[in-house]
Amino acid sequence: MRDLKLRVVAAVLFALGLGLCIYKVNVFGLPLQPGQDEEVWTVQARIAFKGSGKPTKVQFAIPHQTPGFVTLDEDFISGNYGLATEDDRENRWANWAVRRANGPQTLYYRISIARDQNSNELTGSTPPFPQAPFYPEPYNSAIKAILDDVRLESADIATYTRELLTQLNADTPNENVELLRGRVNNDEAWVYEISEVLKGARIPNRILYGLELNESINNAQLKPWLQVHNGQRWLSFNPLTGQAGLPENFLVWRIGEGPLVWVDGSGAAEVVFSAARNYREIVDIARKRAERLGSSLVDASLFNLPLETQNVYRILLMVPLGALLVVILRNVVGIRTFGTFMPVLIAMAFRETQLVWGIILFSVMIAVGLSIRFYLDRLMLLLVPRLASVLIIVVIMMIMISILTHQFGGTRAMSVALFPMVIMAMTIERMSIVWEELGAGDALKEGAGSLFTAILGYLLMTNATLSHLFFVFPELLLCMLAITLLFGRYTGYRLTELWRFRAALKFEPPESKS
Amino acid sequence: MISWARRLRERGIVGINQRNAEFIMPYNPRKHFPLVDDKLRTKKLAIENGIAVPELYSTVEIEHDVHTMLDTLKHYSSFVIKPNNGSGGNGVLVIGGRIGSHFSKASGVIVNGQQIQRHTSNILSGMYSLGGVPDTAIIEYRVESDPFFDSISYQGVPDIRVIVFRGMPVASMLRLPTRDSDGKANLHQGAIGVGVDIGTGVTRSGVRANDMTKVHPDTLQPIDGLQLPYWETIMTLAARCSELVGLNYIGVDIVIDRSKGPLVLELNARPGLNVQLATGRGLLFNLRAVEAMDNIPARAEDRVALAREKLG
Repeated sequence: MRDLKLRVVAAVLFALGLGLCIYKVNVFGLPLQPGQDEEVWTVQARIAFKGSGKPTKVQFAIPHQTPGFVTLDEDFISGNYGLATEDDRENRWANWAVRRANGPQTLYYRISIARDQNSNELTGSTPPFPQAPFYPEPYNSAIKAILDDVRLESADIATYTRELLTQLNADTPNENVELLRGRVNNDEAWVYEISEVLKGARIPNRILYGLELNESINNAQLKPWLQVHNGQRWLSFNPLTGQAGLPENFLVWRIGEGPLVWVDGSGAAEVVFSAARNYREIVDIARKRAERLGSSLVDASLFNLPLETQNVYRILLMVPLGALLVVILRNVVGIRTFGTFMPVLIAMAFRETQLVWGIILFSVMIAVGLSIRFYLDRLMLLLVPRLASVLIIVVIMMIMISILTHQFGGTRAMSVALFPMVIMAMTIERMSIVWEELGAGDALKEGAGSLFTAILGYLLMTNATLSHLFFVFPELLLCMLAITLLFGRYTGYRLTELWRFRAALKFEPPESKS
Repeated sequence: MISWARRLRERGIVGINQRNAEFIMPYNPRKHFPLVDDKLRTKKLAIENGIAVPELYSTVEIEHDVHTMLDTLKHYSSFVIKPNNGSGGNGVLVIGGRIGSHFSKASGVIVNGQQIQRHTSNILSGMYSLGGVPDTAIIEYRVESDPFFDSISYQGVPDIRVIVFRGMPVASMLRLPTRDSDGKANLHQGAIGVGVDIGTGVTRSGVRANDMTKVHPDTLQPIDGLQLPYWETIMTLAARCSELVGLNYIGVDIVIDRSKGPLVLELNARPGLNVQLATGRGLLFNLRAVEAMDNIPARAEDRVALAREKLG
């Protein structure tokens, strides 16, 4: 097959570029659209206790696995306390220590999290069957009666748990339930009691503590949630209603029993939670996510460059797109332009001036420059001094235009200065030579072709979506390269050639020689 | 649009992309390009190999020589000044005679010595060369058109463009200057392109600005069905040029001088596609036929005989 090698190379490059891009979208959640914001929650725990003046250690449970969320940032604000964190399979702790804690002490733990569809399950090993706890009478008989009752009306662990929760939380409880309820005086203790009852039925279960993040919260406490293990996985239940599943925005803070905070050396601590919602760009969140995943792809990305370098690359990355446009317009359409990539440079100049103003400026300067250039021709100057003269005249024209527009209150005056004058000077020179040798028609045609290409290039290169795509996924350049390579072997007619060779159609086609 | 493209394909019309990708790139080694672009070297090489070219009078290589050039030329009443690395006939100044201290251009316009010097100086500064690099000016014999063309030419010298592929002439056209083209033989400047049959050297109808024509617009003489003189010589000259420069796809421009007969004026490593308009048939059939040939004769005369038989 013709050009097989080229096609293979192009296909590999294209697949590589696109594959990397798709990988980054799916794994890191990098957005394909610019300027998308995502909800970010900042949750703060405030731990307060009274210092005794003695060496003090504080152990505080902090989120470990957070199904449904990805951690973006974590802060420990703890003044002169030393800090270490430790974790086991289920929980994680912050350990603060200080030589002398005097007076009221306050420690803060702050975590920023964003929703993440990729981590929905808590992982962990299958727990052993629990020992049935010991209850004194009459509780023992009451629990036994409840469990027998529930067993009759259920099929498996899930339905058993739901039925038990329904009975225990019924609005009009029976006397056995009433008896149990009398033992506890708050929700947390009640959930603990339910957990014990389930252990009596030898069902592995645990209590999750966490926060429901639906709106900003202040001075809140962790909510308990019940999980039972059915042999394969943990099933979640609202311990107060029997409703299955975790709430959608439930941030799991810690798992199992034991104290949330434990202070050694000073008085008991009080913990309050607050949470606030704000919005951040998805790109930022995706980068944090990638960092958490330990990917070097993002380390090597453009985001880690200094900001001003990033801004340069935002423009530079669009140049290949302009180049591809030139390839298509020249080799497939057949538009003639001054210089190969001059239109791309002009398009970049339009970035500074905005489109309409840029076109006006370009046309006016070329027109005036060209007439002055024709006058210079009569002075019989050598090439390089003539080019230099045109350059000087271009600068003078720019000054005049700037001053004039400023007089009329135009704010564009400043940006004019960045319009690349060397490009203007070269365009004027090229145009005047074409004008002289091939006539005004050809010169105007090439000029119009250049301007047309520059306008298209500008529209393409300033497209916010494309600009975002190429900056976030620079590997798309490989796809661009693949396409350009393929165009490199395009041997079909250019559109303008159809017109150019139209006279040939007046002749009869030759007899078929086959 | 698509049907136009299909109809052009049926006629074997080669587009620029196809010419570049399938003929110039594989058949013309890049390292030989500078030789063709350098008219002076081509000319010297041609003389060494006995190929007839217009006589070289002088060259101007540095700005300083511009002052003395008129002195050097005082023995010649007519001459041509052109850039060594120019293309497409740009920067060619044809002086047809002297009127006192002034010169008359081929078009009849009178110029003075200073204007000639300035033109030469422009050539040296690279105004007409590819990429604007400094260049050399060549001053050579001014070809006087053969009387055969008197009735079908306006001013200038008609030339014959022959496309040579793998040493075989595959297409040719006669380019006739008109009043519109200012005596130049460039089709896009208004000259007429007339297809010439490779086998016989007889002209067919011509094309001028995309219109078919059978008469010269200025002299109103018929341009079709004319037997060109020296046809065998012209074909052989063209075929030999190919081996001279080591390129397999070239355009050879040949003029017929009143006294010296056919002379090779210029070689082109990227010959244009206008010949297809003049001959009214695409290049592709002949190119593919030559591409398929296994043993192409080593002698230019044999190649021409083969081409005249098979490709006419």
